[in-house]
Parts: sequence; structure tokens; C-alpha cells
Amino acid sequence: MGLIEAIILSVLAASTPLLLAATGELVTERSGVLNLGVEGMMIVGAACGFGGAWLSGSIIVGALCGMVAGILMSLIFALMALGLAVNQVATGLALTILGIGLSGLIGAGFVGERITPAPHLHIPGLSDIPLAGRILFGEDGFVYLSIALVVGVWWFLYRTRAGLILRACGDNHVSAHALGYPVLRIRLYAVMFGGACAGLAGAYLPLAYTPFFIPGMTAGRGWIALALTVFASWRPARLVVGAYLFGAVTILQLHAQGAGIGIPSQFMSSLPYLATIIVLVLLSRARTGGSTAPAALGTVFVPDR
Amino acid sequence: MPDTTSAAQHTGATPLLQTVGLTKRYGSFLANDKIDLDIRPQEIHALLGENGAGKSTLVKTIYGLIQPSEGEIRWQGRTIVLSGPSDARAHGIGMVFQHFSLFDNLTVAENVALGLDGKEPFKDMSARLEQVSRTYGLPLDPKREVWQLSVGERQRIEIVRALMQNPQFLILDEPTAVLTPQEADQLFIVLNRLKAEGRAILYISHKLDEVKRLCDTATILRGGRKVETCNPRAETAASLARMMVGGEIMEVKAAASRQITVPRLLVNDLSLTPDDPHGIRLEHISFELRGGEILGIAGVAGNGQDELFAALSGERLAKDPGTIVIDGHAAGHLSITRRRKLGAAFIPEERLGHGTAPRMRLSENALLTGHAIGNMVLHGFVNTAATLKTVDRTTETFDVRKAKRDPEAASLSGGNLQKFIVGREILRDPVVLIVNQPTWGVDAGAAAVIRQALLDLAAGGAAVLVTSQDLDELAEITDRIAVMFHGRLSAPVPTAEASRETLGLLMGGSSIEAPETPHATRA
Amino acid sequence: MQLVLEKRAERSATIALISPLIAIGLTIATLCIVFAVLGKNPIAALAVYFIDPLTDGYSLQEIAVKATPLVMIAIGLSLCYLANAWNIGAEGQFLIGAVAGSWLAVKTQGTDAGHWVLPAMLVLGAAAGALYALIPAICKVRFGASEILTSLMLVYVADLLLDYLVRGPWRDPQGFNFPTTAEFDPVATVPTLIEGGRLHLGSIIALFVVAAGAVLLGRTIKGFEIRVVGAAPRAARFGGFNANQLVLLTFAISGALAGLAGIIEVAGPVGHLQPGISPGYGFTAIIVAFLGRLNPIGILIAGLFLALTFIGGEQAQIAMKIPLDVTKVFQGILLFYVLACDSLILYRFRLISSSPKVQSGAH
Repeated sequence: MGLIEAIILSVLAASTPLLLAATGELVTERSGVLNLGVEGMMIVGAACGFGGAWLSGSIIVGALCGMVAGILMSLIFALMALGLAVNQVATGLALTILGIGLSGLIGAGFVGERITPAPHLHIPGLSDIPLAGRILFGEDGFVYLSIALVVGVWWFLYRTRAGLILRACGDNHVSAHALGYPVLRIRLYAVMFGGACAGLAGAYLPLAYTPFFIPGMTAGRGWIALALTVFASWRPARLVVGAYLFGAVTILQLHAQGAGIGIPSQFMSSLPYLATIIVLVLLSRARTGGSTAPAALGTVFVPDR
Repeated sequence: MPDTTSAAQHTGATPLLQTVGLTKRYGSFLANDKIDLDIRPQEIHALLGENGAGKSTLVKTIYGLIQPSEGEIRWQGRTIVLSGPSDARAHGIGMVFQHFSLFDNLTVAENVALGLDGKEPFKDMSARLEQVSRTYGLPLDPKREVWQLSVGERQRIEIVRALMQNPQFLILDEPTAVLTPQEADQLFIVLNRLKAEGRAILYISHKLDEVKRLCDTATILRGGRKVETCNPRAETAASLARMMVGGEIMEVKAAASRQITVPRLLVNDLSLTPDDPHGIRLEHISFELRGGEILGIAGVAGNGQDELFAALSGERLAKDPGTIVIDGHAAGHLSITRRRKLGAAFIPEERLGHGTAPRMRLSENALLTGHAIGNMVLHGFVNTAATLKTVDRTTETFDVRKAKRDPEAASLSGGNLQKFIVGREILRDPVVLIVNQPTWGVDAGAAAVIRQALLDLAAGGAAVLVTSQDLDELAEITDRIAVMFHGRLSAPVPTAEASRETLGLLMGGSSIEAPETPHATRA
Repeated sequence: MQLVLEKRAERSATIALISPLIAIGLTIATLCIVFAVLGKNPIAALAVYFIDPLTDGYSLQEIAVKATPLVMIAIGLSLCYLANAWNIGAEGQFLIGAVAGSWLAVKTQGTDAGHWVLPAMLVLGAAAGALYALIPAICKVRFGASEILTSLMLVYVADLLLDYLVRGPWRDPQGFNFPTTAEFDPVATVPTLIEGGRLHLGSIIALFVVAAGAVLLGRTIKGFEIRVVGAAPRAARFGGFNANQLVLLTFAISGALAGLAGIIEVAGPVGHLQPGISPGYGFTAIIVAFLGRLNPIGILIAGLFLALTFIGGEQAQIAMKIPLDVTKVFQGILLFYVLACDSLILYRFRLISSSPKVQSGAH
């Protein structure tokens, strides 16, 4: 296996959790809800996902556990931000703080254990084509799933009536309510979808990326996923580009460290975070014309009855 | 489902829609109190009342948005329960909202689709949309996004959307508030056509002349109760107003003679690009306003009035100091605080969130604009006693009704809060007052107090600039009127010489330099 | 049944006062369930958590020591949050303050530098924290980049920078390869208030910060500006207040306070620079700020309470083998309950039957 092939494979693997989490958050934000608790949902998803897989011996059970954990976390958020009309920024922060604590508690029993990571696809013949074969036909299932998910979300948002209604809620909840759409229920579903995606993204880390669980292993990926939705201007296609760019930065700094370049490892490790800041600055500056963020994003809605 | 045959069965005595003892309670507050309403096919029925009389609650209940606490709704004689607007639409009830229920970042076709039940494929729906809009003379481009459209076009979307459901009964909430007189005439043609087709219309408006022209029946609400159902053509505008208010309205009196003095506000060729990409660019605006004079600016909403207010107040700065001159001082580059120090005062359109911070006390809201001058702030520290004193003085002079000495701004009714804001600014004795929509959404009593205060201020020598969409208001209090359209301002003409027709044409964008031949354009 | 919110005409003053207490009550009830699930006796565990630390002098001092950074950071954060500027990177500003102040301590190590060293370290720490906080503030004001994300990213960067310094250039040569600087000289150390005790001068500084915060917010026009800009931005602009300036100002103040807290922590209780100098003070301070209802006096009380949970958590780990993460879960749940109870100030909760009396007659 050549170096370039290895790098591309590892970029895809590093990008997948970002893509999964950001896709979920994109749907949530398109409905008008800003859930800043992605990091918290991810880390709980990682702990529960690993726990599920370790106890059952099945990666699929692990992935499902991660998703369920993400959904449960998102329901706490929904109760607060939608049910009780609490400020969404504060609630999202609270969810992350809670998630970090919970994951430590849940994961305490599994630290130091190992599992067999998710298998990679192998189609005899196709997967053996030099370079392209491994990249196109030799990934783990999550990679394909994440791409299918983005395509599905694109189709849902722009080609279905339900997607139109969801975008309408994100544009103007007062109008949506006046036309009789159950704004809070639609947002609840969007938040839950975001939770499932974040939980799955978190579970990917111990199930496929590294075959063990360590506390805090999401290391800010949830926050980077949030930045990616901004980068993508809330459009699914651009999300793919953004996620793979960030995956590439992560992997490049790892390889640069491995190659023994004379730069301290901490400086290389800080690259993804600095890149996020730079991207946010450049993008926000470049966006002149119409604002692309959903108009109702982050605002509280209390229907009158 | 309702169609023309079922309507035919119910002509004559059977009402199409009835409300029987309809009541809506919020805690201990009765928004609607046992309201009985009968609406027959082929009837245009006016619903009149002051702000807070319960009109909105009633129509929202009929449209299924609000669940009644007591009473019932009958449709073609049968009791129905509406669990939501889609139920109402399924019966054949349509509604056009005052503050449109549109989505700015979606296309016209998508907006219309969201108002339908979605059983029809999007392509067929788009085709029908074009057909309906052609039939009723309400042209629309289905592919444009709403934010690109004018207020009049937006209302067209609302009406076409309602018509596409083929409703037997249509509710319109203040539809002409955002239209020029000519556009309103066009709307009346459409409404009369709908009536001729056998449909019924419930029409909310505060323009009583319009109601007398258009409506067959009028129901008047006051304080949540029905006062009267009458034939508006047999009433005068004054008698209708008395029923709405429940007594005589204070008459606004201009001072016998006013001294027109030196120029207090000069605007010289002011052009400004908006911050907001959806905003309007101000183009070469010039006018002169003298002490003792009230200048009115008419125009349909969204033609640059907000942008002009921001530029004159200093919320947005002009590049060239000389474009705005306040009391002899070049002020285009000065902040709003510096302009206040020059003797200017400002009253924005939006009471809650712009004129006041809703969840702050009145004393804090007094400080909001009062910190610039006077004794409210000493060495950076707030003099609470001084802010409270301003509240007390305003309360006394302008009869602000409130539950306690210093409540939160949001707890006041619209009229009382507007009186507080107007009082807060006028008691500082400004030499220039710039006010946007002074009596929008305010009860008649408060409106009279406010208009009188503006007249008195001018009589005392101040220059007053009033922007309003209400031509009657401008006719009542201004000396001269100019019209704003697409960021441009027409040359002011004396109010006495300005006909509604001429103003209406200017509001609709007829060339400002064009000769005044309204009859020729109508022929 | 369905939960419905009804807006109150005015915010309820009574509930504003008691809402933190309700929240604490609910959190403790939830905590009992957590203890029971973990197989511990809830009553005994609660006693270890909340009562035992209050019964001996050492623990009481320790509570004050832990509360010091929490309160200082939270006061700064409350200014930001009131102005609707979301600084969530106080942890990073805390670390940078610690690093900047430590630089002087390391450089003057073993020299005969006089008593100017500590004051200069404090100034350096505060200045560095302020500058570090200004990065996200400027990104927001100048370019419109979300301050939430940028301030948080800088936490990771600060953490890595500190890690690099104590493993690289500043490592104590006699430190057996541990990632730490040498112990600071006495002139670079925050003096204790009690001979042989833990309570130090920083706690006095924190009290001063609380008093200054109370005066700023309650009495001055600048405090009014901060509150209006957050509560009603358009009205604030109409009042002549510049929201961008206030974002810069509140971020700078909160960064300075976090940085000051950082260098006080390093030059006081810790005594040298090393990784892990903060058990998440910058994030816990967010909870302190909200539990204190963004009010300086409230924050002082809330800071002491959260400090108690840190000490109680440590004792519970030793005495009952309750995992330390329970403390973090506790803090997270507490923040949820605080936010939920705050909703009661603006709304009244009512349960109503979800469907109309008669089934829909539409179809």
C-alpha cells in the first residue's frame, strides 16, 4: 500500500465523523434550531457505542447504541430549548458539559478494553485495483453510510414536501405556525435526527477509528462539525467538501509529526483548531450578499393558543 | 368538500358561517366574550374595532389557529371543531394575514405550496398558480424569492394562495394598510368579483370610508364584546367611530396661527447604501424643514422610510457631514447621541425593541435616550431619582396608564407605551422631532393625544417630521407632504393642495416630475 | 396532556430570587437517583458531598481557594453574557494568563529580583488573558465569525501551548523529566493569609472583583449599556450605544479576569506551571455565572457552592469510591435545572389537554 493511498484512506476515515455529525446538525439548524451540544452528544455516543460493541461483540449493535444515546441526549436539549423556551446557546453548552461528565461515568468501565474495529469492505477484484480500488471499494461501512446520508439529506431538503416544510420552519416560524404547521414538533424531529447523527459520529471513533475508548476522545470534533455547517452555508454538497478538507488537515498534521519535521508536535496538533478559526473568519468575511443562515436560527418560539 | 353547489344550497337565510357565544379566555383576561356573528354567502362583512378589541383573536379562532374556551363555530348550519388551519382550509375557509405569513427565502411557488394541502404535484400546482393569478389580474412570477418583492406583491401572494384553495369564505386582515389608494381600488375589484362568485368575505379595516364603500354588513367589537351589527352604508364614519370607541373622540386642534421660523432641519442630496442587503438605497434626498412646521412623508411601507429614519437619527452615519444639518450644525457624521445634544429627538416606528427595551423598566427606558443630556448621568454613575422623575412627569403630562410606578415597558398597552415614548422625547423640548408612524396600532384616544402633542410642539417653534402610511393622519396634522418611493423623495407640496389621487400615484411610483394629470392616466 | 407556556406580563421577581434554590433542590434529588443507581447510600453520599466539607477548617479554606478562580472568571463571563457576547473560551484565557505570568517567574527564577515580580506577573497574566480573549472578539466584530466557536477553539490551542512549554523550554531540569517548571521563588508566589494555611491573597482580590462588578452593573451607565445591548440590541443602538465596542470591552474584561485567575492559581495554590492546572474552571464558571443569575452577589454564592461540589466530590471519591465524573454530571444537571427554572421567570407553565373537546370534524 502506497503512502498516497494510505493518506487518502486515513483522510476519509478522519473526515467521516465530522461529516456525520455536521449532516445531522445541518438538518437541525435548517429547522431553525441551534444545538451547540454536538460535542456532548458525540462523546456520549462514543462511550455508549463502545460499550454496546464491547458487551455484544457487534459493531452494528455498538453503532445503534451510539445513535440511541445521541437521540436521548438530544431529547434533553429539545425539552429545554423547545419545551421550556430556554436560550438555545446556553442549553447547548449545558448539554456538552453534561455529556462530558456522563461519558466519563459510562465509559469508566471500558477504559483500557479493546474491540475488533469495523471491518472494511472487500470485493475481490474491485478492491484490489491499485490505488482507486482500496479507496472506492475498501472502506468501512460508516464511510459509505455517511455519503449516503448526505445525499439523502439533500434529496429530503430540496425534493420532498417534508423538506420544504422543515426549511419553512427555519425561515419563519411565525408564518409556519400561522399556516398550521406544528413548528415545535417538526423541530423536535430535526433535533432528534441531529442527535442520532452526532451519536453515530461519536460511536464511529471507538468502533472504526481507534478500537478503544478514552475519555474526551472526541477532542473538539463536535465543535468543528458546528463550524462546518457555517462553512457549508447550510448546503449539504458543500458540507462534503468541508469535511474532507478538515479531515485532510488532521491527517497531514499527523503525518508531518510522523515524518519528524522539526516542529513541536503540539504546534501541529493545534492546526485543525487554528484552521477552523481561519476558515470561519474568511467565510464570514466573504459572505456579502444575502445571508445564508436560516433566518429563524437560534430564536425562541412559543406558540400562542 | 365545499364547492359551488353546496354554496347554492345555502343562499338566502342560512348563514355560511356562524359563531355562537364564542369566548376566548387568557387567564382572567377575556379576549373574546360571547361573540355571535352571522356571515352569509355573497356578503362582504366588515369587522371593526380598536386595537385590543378582540378582532385578531376572533378571526384566528375562525381560522383554527386558536382554540375557543367556550362557544362554537357553525359552518353551513353544522357545528364544527377546527383543530388547526388545515381543518379550516379543508372546509373552505381562507385567510390573508395582516403581517404576512410568508417565507422570505423561499420562492413564490414554494410559499403557495406551503399554504395548500400538498396532494397536488408541485408542477401542476405551479401551473394552476399562474392560471389563478392571471384570472384575477394578480400577476406573480412563481420562481422569484419573496424578499425580492415589494409589499404589494407580497400581499398578492397571500391572496392568490388563499384563492387557490377555492375558499367559500375569505378573511382579510387590514389588507389595504400597505396599499396605495389605486392598488386598494384594484383589490376592491377582485373582492367584488369574489362576492359575485358566491363567496363571503370577512373584512377587517380601520379605514371607515373604505368599509362604507365596500361592505354590506359591519360588526363592531369593543373590549372583547360585540357592540353592534349594522349596515355601514346607513351610518356615517363618525357614528361608526363612536361605536368603536364607545364615546366621543377628542378632536385634534391646530393652533390658530403658527410662526414659521428659521430652517431647523436641512437634508442636502442625501444618498446612502443600506447595510442590510434586503434594504433600500436612499437616492438624492433633499428637503428643508423650518421651525413651527410639520412636514409629512407618505409612502407604502418598505420604500426607504426606515432607512431615512436611520440616516436622520444617526443610527446610520452619512459620509458627508453637510448632507444633514440640524439647527445650523452639520450633523451627517455625528452619532445619535451627539444629534440629541444638538436638540433633535427621534421616535421610531417599532415601540417594543426599538423605541424601548421591552423587558426593562420605564425608568431605564427613560435613561435609554435621556442619558445624552440633562442630569441622568453624573461621572458615569446613573442618577436613578432623575430617571424616575422623568417617568412621573411623562405619566402626568401624557396620561400614561400603568399598573405601578415603574413597570416593564412590555407590560403597557400599545397606546400607553406610545404615549410614554412620545412624552419622553417631547418633554425634553426638542427643536427637531423626527417621528415614524406616530399612531400605528394605537387606540383612537391615545392617537388624538399624540397628534395634539405634535401640533403643540410645532406651535411652540419646533420642526416636526412625520412619516406615516396613513394619509388621513398626514392630512390632519401636516403643513406639507412629500412622498417616498424606492428610496426617492418627491418635492413637498402644501397639504391643502395635495389630492389623494396625486399622492396615490406618487406612492405607486409615477414619475415625480410627471405633470399632474390623474384623469388622463385613468382614462 | 400538553405543556403550554404562557408569557407573563412582567418578569416575576419572586421566582427570580428562588429559582436557583429550586434548581439546586431538583439537582440534589436527581443526584440521589444517580447514587442509588451506582449502589451507594444516597443519604450518606450527600453528607460526604455537602456537609462534611463544611465541618473542618482545612476544607473550608479549600472551598474558598477553589471558589476564587470560579468567581473571578464567572464575573467576567456574566458581563459577556449580559451583553449577548458568548465567550466560552475562558478556560483558554485562564491558561494563557497562567502561561504569561509564569514566563516572568521562570525568567527571574534564582535571581535576586525583588517584590515587584508578583505584581508584574499578575499584570502580565491579566493582560495576556485580555489579549487572548480579544482574538475571538475581533473576529466577531470585524469579520462576523461566531465568537462561540472561535473562543472555544482557542482553548485547545492554549492547552497545547502550555503542554509544549512545560515539556520543552520551561521544563525543570531537576524535575525527573516530569512536565513541569521548577517551583516559583517566594517573590513570585501569592502569599497566604493564614500561617501554614491554604487561603491566599487571591480570595481577597476575588471579593474586590465581585464588589466592582456589582457597582459597574448596578450603578453605572456602562453597566446599563451592557445590559441594554444584550436585552434589546436595536433599542441599544437607538440609545446611542455601540454593540461592537461592548463586545470588545466585555471580552477584554472577562479575558483579563480569567487570565488573572490563571496566574493567581499557578502562583498560589499550585506553585509552578504544569498541565492540568485547571479542573475545568473556565467551563464550570459558565455554570457559576448562570446559577448566580448573572448577578455579582449571586455569582459569589454560586461560586462557593460549586467549589463545595469539587471538594465534596474529591472526598466522596476517597471515602465512598464514587467516581469523580459524578461531580461533572452533577454540575451539568445543575445548569439544566437552572436554565429551566429561569424559564419560569418569564413564563407560566400550564398543563392542558392536548386535543379539543370534540374530535376534528374536518373529514
